[in-house]
Amino acid sequence: MIPLSYYLVLSAILFSCGVTGFLVKRNIITIFMSIELMLNGVNLSFVAFAVKWQALSGQVFVFFVMVVAAAEAAVGLAIIIALFRTRETLNIDQVNLLKL
Amino acid sequence: MLHLILFLVFAAVCVGGAVNLLLQTHPINSALSLVVVMGALAVEYLLLGAEFVAAVQVIVYAGAIMVLFVFVIMLLNAGEEEHTQGSRVAWLLGLPAMLAITVIICGAVLLHSDDKVSLGALPGPPEKIAQLLFHEFLLPFEVTSILVLIAIMGAVVLAARPESTPEANKEAR
Repeated sequence: MIPLSYYLVLSAILFSCGVTGFLVKRNIITIFMSIELMLNGVNLSFVAFAVKWQALSGQVFVFFVMVVAAAEAAVGLAIIIALFRTRETLNIDQVNLLKL
Repeated sequence: MLHLILFLVFAAVCVGGAVNLLLQTHPINSALSLVVVMGALAVEYLLLGAEFVAAVQVIVYAGAIMVLFVFVIMLLNAGEEEHTQGSRVAWLLGLPAMLAITVIICGAVLLHSDDKVSLGALPGPPEKIAQLLFHEFLLPFEVTSILVLIAIMGAVVLAARPESTPEANKEAR
């Protein structure tokens, strides 16, 4: 028996690591990975609360979050490829115009 | 006791991987530490009894999504991260703010929750989840299939080379 809050604390730490990476990283692919890390932290708290309420719908929502994450990864990486083709850089400090 | 030890070991692996993701400068190292985080998270799901989520975590996240990331990193030949003035400001302001928020959330969670979970507490066999997914959540499930279809088409359109369209070919000639 361990407290449920341990899982929530782990989830909060993972989420904050994701936000920190989103803020401090300058490589667009690493920023994208930080977003995945945030989604993972949220998934853990979904499952933890599913255990607390003994409800399976929490796991179904994790499934939906994963579907959205997969779709987001596919589209986002396609955007990164398109960006690299026109700008020849992955550093977001050099990507400061909406115009291609 | 066993539950606590397993939880702590894999939580340490998780947090270590997440911190390593932040500290590494090369994207491929960050991607590999993210795989470690996802694998350790799958074990945490198993400890809670969520076998379906653990399996999907390994197959979809650690498998499919991370392969996509590593593929793009290698395709674009991504190099070391370059640091500029902006990143130093982000370190100075963002890190203390995030630490403060983490401490506040952790404090609130630890103070106001006295629920306990045992090993494999969630009775969630995949059959029950399938029942739920294809009966109560049928409409959201179908909507996600449309979402995935749109995402596939969007990815193909975005990543297609502009020169490969017929008009562009004519212009090039």
